[in-house]
Amino acid sequence: MGFLIENFGAIFFFLVAALTVAGAVGVVTLRNPVHAALALLETFVMVAILFILRHAEFLAAVQVLVYAGGIMVLYLFVIMLVKVKDLRAEDAFLLNIAPLAVLGGVLLGALLAAGILLGTMAAGDGAVAALQTIGDETVGNTEAVGWLLFTKFLVPFEVVSVVLLVAMIGAIVFGRRDAALSGPGEGVEP
Amino acid sequence: MIITATHYLVLSLIIFCLGLVGVMVRRNFITVLMSLELMFNAVNLNLIAFSYRLDDLAGQVLAIFVITVAAAEAAIGLGLIIALVRLKDTVSLDEADVMRS
Repeated sequence: MGFLIENFGAIFFFLVAALTVAGAVGVVTLRNPVHAALALLETFVMVAILFILRHAEFLAAVQVLVYAGGIMVLYLFVIMLVKVKDLRAEDAFLLNIAPLAVLGGVLLGALLAAGILLGTMAAGDGAVAALQTIGDETVGNTEAVGWLLFTKFLVPFEVVSVVLLVAMIGAIVFGRRDAALSGPGEGVEP
Repeated sequence: MIITATHYLVLSLIIFCLGLVGVMVRRNFITVLMSLELMFNAVNLNLIAFSYRLDDLAGQVLAIFVITVAAAEAAIGLGLIIALVRLKDTVSLDEADVMRS
């Protein structure tokens, strides 16, 4: 019992990490796209919990709002808009290159793991001081993030809003009914 | 036992490699995009782990930018899926082999 209480943080982390990996495995292996989407949703929520554990409370809220709320609904809309069932079951995976792909993934993983384990910066515990302060004043994490976002990172913030605008226009252009079906030059006309 | 940044890095490594294998192996356009989202999440986890380790808020702000780009990517990708379905009536990436109809 004492072990449980002393290591509660670590046990909680490993539990959430296991659920995250389980969700990720589900995304890659489940054949039905709706099931894969739900596994992805589970991964998003677990990652939000991990954000809270690392004192990124604002980002955890953004993760749930944007990913679990926005992007996930978009995916489910598209899955239900197109008839995914028409795709034959054996077509779900590229099975002839699957061993090579898994080998590539494992090799990259081994390379990155070597980098992580041989590196020196990752060891040791972190600190939470700068994550909650503006200057010398202690505030909430949200306020600190907002302060940094609108001072030091103001130009990237504006640039990223342009990126969002371009993505929005692009999505509208791709989604137009006549754009996909007509020949060259005709898709521009209404 | 203290959970260090290394634990988070290994977890994010596992998720990133799973997403990579998903992008390479899956044929369904929608699940390929989902695997891409997994990779975005792994990167965010990395940024947050180092933000806490180095006691620097810049990592969290960068993660916000990554989330924005992921949202833009999802919008564009799903628009492409709709266009592909209108053109070929399928979401299989094997069918996406022409640049004009």
